[in-house]
Amino acid sequence: MVEIIVGILLVFMIIGSIICLETKDLLSAIIAIVPVGYFSGIIFLLLGAPDIAITQMVVEVLSLIILIRATIRRDLTTIEEERDFFGLITTFAFIFVFFIFAMEALRYLPSFGTPSFTLNPDAPSNRYLLNGLKETGAGNIVNGIIFDYRGYDTLGEATILFTSILGALAILRVYARKRSKDE
Amino acid sequence: MIYYLCFVLFLIGLYGVCCKKNVVKIILGLWVMEYSVNLFLILIGYRKNGIPPILQPNTNIVEFSQKAVDPLPQAMVLTSIVIGLGILALMVSIAIRLYQRYGTFDITEMRKLKG
Amino acid sequence: MNNGEKGMSLIVKTVTRWIKGFIFLFGAYIVVFGHLSPGGGFPGGVVFAATFILITLAFGREYALRKIGKVLASELDSLGAILFLLIATLGIYFTGVFFSNFIEKYHPTGNFKLFSAGIIPLCNLSIGLKVGACLFMIFIILSVVRVIFEDGKGKLITTEKRDKK
Repeated sequence: MVEIIVGILLVFMIIGSIICLETKDLLSAIIAIVPVGYFSGIIFLLLGAPDIAITQMVVEVLSLIILIRATIRRDLTTIEEERDFFGLITTFAFIFVFFIFAMEALRYLPSFGTPSFTLNPDAPSNRYLLNGLKETGAGNIVNGIIFDYRGYDTLGEATILFTSILGALAILRVYARKRSKDE
Repeated sequence: MIYYLCFVLFLIGLYGVCCKKNVVKIILGLWVMEYSVNLFLILIGYRKNGIPPILQPNTNIVEFSQKAVDPLPQAMVLTSIVIGLGILALMVSIAIRLYQRYGTFDITEMRKLKG
Repeated sequence: MNNGEKGMSLIVKTVTRWIKGFIFLFGAYIVVFGHLSPGGGFPGGVVFAATFILITLAFGREYALRKIGKVLASELDSLGAILFLLIATLGIYFTGVFFSNFIEKYHPTGNFKLFSAGIIPLCNLSIGLKVGACLFMIFIILSVVRVIFEDGKGKLITTEKRDKK
């Protein structure tokens, strides 16, 4: 039952992303990315990941605000493109070859519904689930993993956020040396 | 079967990055690839009729560990989503600078106007 | 999209004035109860940022910048990051291991209470502060272009200019 619903929502996501990339109006493209994220959040909720669902929904709203606020100008909402046939056919051929190889590789994954930690008793997830409450004291095992078992990854993530904000500030800042010489 | 659909979503994003000529469409293609990769990681960790990995005060721990879904991909995807937001902010700021410098979002025009 | 200066209509302003406290409280709930129920530092921080972005969109940029200036947002961001690093480094001082849960090891309290789980609530708070201030600063940066001059004597002055196109 869960499989059927997830499959239907994935088909909607595929349709939404094709519409997003093919439409000529820039505002429609940005709005058409929203159902992709929204259905992704609902799939996370169906698959038993509630804090990922909260994060996905809120991040998707913020990304919509950032995209609209920064790229829609008053005079630029429709775009025209000419088709470049050689590039298009090359890309399609490459994507087709990629898909054939992926079909071969995805066949070796265990089927949907049996994660790999059930097949292997040495996997760390078994230890996290059994001893998580005793060793970290947290009821939310995912939070215990983020801040206790795998805390170093969270430190790296905070560094990445910091650096990307620094980069955005640096890019949008240097404007004026030439202008002050011109004026 | 569901893994194939998720991979088709990734390929659509890849097509958007490779074939489109507008900078905003390239950013949207990259964002679709980001969604599909996060979804794939959570799809791998799903257990049939599983419960979320959150303990209540009166659950039996052994029975809980037989029924819970995998918590480790969830921890990885949680940070990945927020990192994706930082990446989006950086890409959009680069797009703004390109527009101010060249006056257009079209990458073929940018190639012609060089020098 | 020229609503930077004056904000939106009266209905939006009135509703925002009522609702912004509840949204902030929801974000605080997600951050503080992160070790007991779904959530944690990251989604809570994003909801914090969403509160201030709502105020900016509804009332105009100047009003929001009077409440929290750019300098204050950048200082809160750095404060959250330094606090997180400090908690991690204190683990070396108490036990020999970087980023160990030293409060849980030496003063364990009961489970499923608000003040349990060692350093995890403190880490949640610092990460929530950092992510919230960070994303608000990104929004402010993207909606105004800063022009930084250097006048003839070598001092840096900043003027705010909307982009001209």
